[in-house]
Amino acid sequence: MPEAAVQVRELTFGEAIREALAEEMRRDSRIVLLGEDVAEAGTTFKVLKGLVDEFGTSRVIDTPISEPGFTGLGVGAAMTGLRPIVDIMFGDFLTLVMDQVVNQAAKVHYMSGGAWKVPMVVRATMGATRRSAAQHSQSLHAWPSHVPGLKVVIPSTPYDAKGLMKTAIRDDNPVVFFEDKISYTKVKGPVPEGDYTIPFGVADIKRQGRDITLVGTSSMVQVALGAAAMLEEIGISAEVVDPRTTWPLDEKTLIESAKKTSRAIVIDEGSFRYGVTGEIASVIAEGAFFDLDGPVRRIGATHVPIPFSPPLEDATVPTERQVFEMARTMCNK
Amino acid sequence: MITQTKQAAGVDRDALVVRMYRQMMAIRLFEERVNDLYTRALMPGLAHLYIGEEAVAVGVCEALTRSDYITSTHRGHGHCLAKGAAPDRMFAELLGKKAGYCKGKGGSMHIADPATGNLGANAIVGGGAGIATGAAFSAKYLGTKQVSVCFFGEGALGQGILYEEMNLAQLWKLPVIYACENNLYNEYTHCSESTAGDMLARATAFGIAAEAVDGQDVRAVHAAASAFVERARAGEGPGFLLLNTYRYRGHHVGDIAREYYRQKQEEQFWTSERDPITLHGQWLIAQGTVDQAGLDSITSEIASEMDRAVEFAVNAPYPDVSEVGEDVYA
Ligand SMILES: Cc1ncc(C[n+]2csc(CCOP(=O)(O)OP(=O)(O)O)c2C)c(N)n1
Repeated sequence: MPEAAVQVRELTFGEAIREALAEEMRRDSRIVLLGEDVAEAGTTFKVLKGLVDEFGTSRVIDTPISEPGFTGLGVGAAMTGLRPIVDIMFGDFLTLVMDQVVNQAAKVHYMSGGAWKVPMVVRATMGATRRSAAQHSQSLHAWPSHVPGLKVVIPSTPYDAKGLMKTAIRDDNPVVFFEDKISYTKVKGPVPEGDYTIPFGVADIKRQGRDITLVGTSSMVQVALGAAAMLEEIGISAEVVDPRTTWPLDEKTLIESAKKTSRAIVIDEGSFRYGVTGEIASVIAEGAFFDLDGPVRRIGATHVPIPFSPPLEDATVPTERQVFEMARTMCNK
Repeated sequence: MITQTKQAAGVDRDALVVRMYRQMMAIRLFEERVNDLYTRALMPGLAHLYIGEEAVAVGVCEALTRSDYITSTHRGHGHCLAKGAAPDRMFAELLGKKAGYCKGKGGSMHIADPATGNLGANAIVGGGAGIATGAAFSAKYLGTKQVSVCFFGEGALGQGILYEEMNLAQLWKLPVIYACENNLYNEYTHCSESTAGDMLARATAFGIAAEAVDGQDVRAVHAAASAFVERARAGEGPGFLLLNTYRYRGHHVGDIAREYYRQKQEEQFWTSERDPITLHGQWLIAQGTVDQAGLDSITSEIASEMDRAVEFAVNAPYPDVSEVGEDVYA
């Protein structure tokens, strides 16, 4: 049987997310979107633009400025038959909903011995360099990754964002989904029309290589790919691995890549200390120790509150040049 | 015709008031056994006893159907029983046994039971507010006509989440009732030291229908709760009940010496003058609904049911250690 031709378009990261939400909402009337200015405004970032026209204000619901309030309401709604998606405009505001996410959503299933489920998605943004200063620029994905009971998604491409969002919505557990703000409009890529899903806990090798593994998350995948192109010019073949979900974590792919290349750098936009880079580096170190040429290295955001002034802010975020230099040193070139 | 209906209503009413006595007694005798298990070192951890507050849970839950929702608190045994939970599986949970409602993973402060609409007891003060309001949101969205009740102590009036949820509930006319159990103490601190202004006004400021009720009078609680439940079911939005009550025992089973925060005379006043079970029993006898012997036989029936439930739990096996990693994810 000839396969029906699937149209593949170039979409932005934001468009891919909107398409996933729209397709899922058409499929399942139990899905509701809750958040500040999500309806007519389509969020501050316009990611949800148009959804209210199709689904109405009973399903695309503007809330008061009450992150704990609508997130907590989402937990109860998820337990009782709906599949809510709550919108945390800036990931920095996750601090306000920590009790609802960490003490309620993440624990309901376990504490009740499996009696209740919380099929809910918390969408949150991340990423610096928008000149928004310390309270609108953080990448806090390490926080929920630390909490058993939550799943954490951190896509880097439009294709991944659409497939992973569908998986998040269909998952019966609370999922925190991190969207890079700059990528919304800046990152474009091929996205098939219609339905497809991407399983959690499966890393994607964004570029094959032999000499060094660059593990990147979210927008740091682009940074890793940029560095890999620079490295190629001096004869170093870099492999770029994107875990796509920080929990569940595809340890196998990370370890196998590092075993193959014998070197690894982990790049993530979260604050450098006690974060995602530390966890992934130790997974690789433990799993690939005897095949490694040296210690796993890592690059994260400088351990300071994100500053406003452009040269200061830019100095906090990992760059292609930094990755390139570190990789070159590790490869003795 | 009219007489017959009246008679039928009278029979229903009799059954209800006797059932409320029975339910209050069940909570009392359950809790006495919890205390006993604790003092005999058979129960791991602590428990917060509901003794003295029975009329609140029973009066409210008798106004609900089985499929209506509740959220409960750290002092939650009374709510769970009043909503229909079985004492044997509750005791089993308190002892950390596999046969418990949460397979031993929740314990005293987390009993949950979908079969009776119990969304779970919550050990975060105010922690049930979002869940209860969300359940009401679902009920409205899905058109199920269910009502949701959020039980919390007056200590939760200090938590911002409560006000965020009340705002949402009133904005969206959700069928949820906020049942504030004012037993006067936030742990070891009198509520007058923690709560500014008027408790009821906190609800009326949102335009939420609110009423203060004598929480030691089970019929008064039931009447007030029924009116709010009916309104909520009819789509008229949330309600707020301020149920004035008293906990007879310590904040938890280990809180024995209490004179530093409340006087013995105060405790004596409530136990001797304001006991919800005694008051309701006297009323039943005065009405001629049951006599003392009838009440006594209810008590002894429940006592032996509770003893059997304790025995079941004590003899039940612990979960296998291999289960520690189960139920983290659905
Ligand atoms: C958020 C939070 N803060 C503090 C505690 C510790 N704590 C447990 S019970 C309690 C007092 C609660 O008082 P109240 O809400 O009036 O309920 P009551 O114990 O009187 O039934 C406190 C402070 C907690 N469990 N959760």
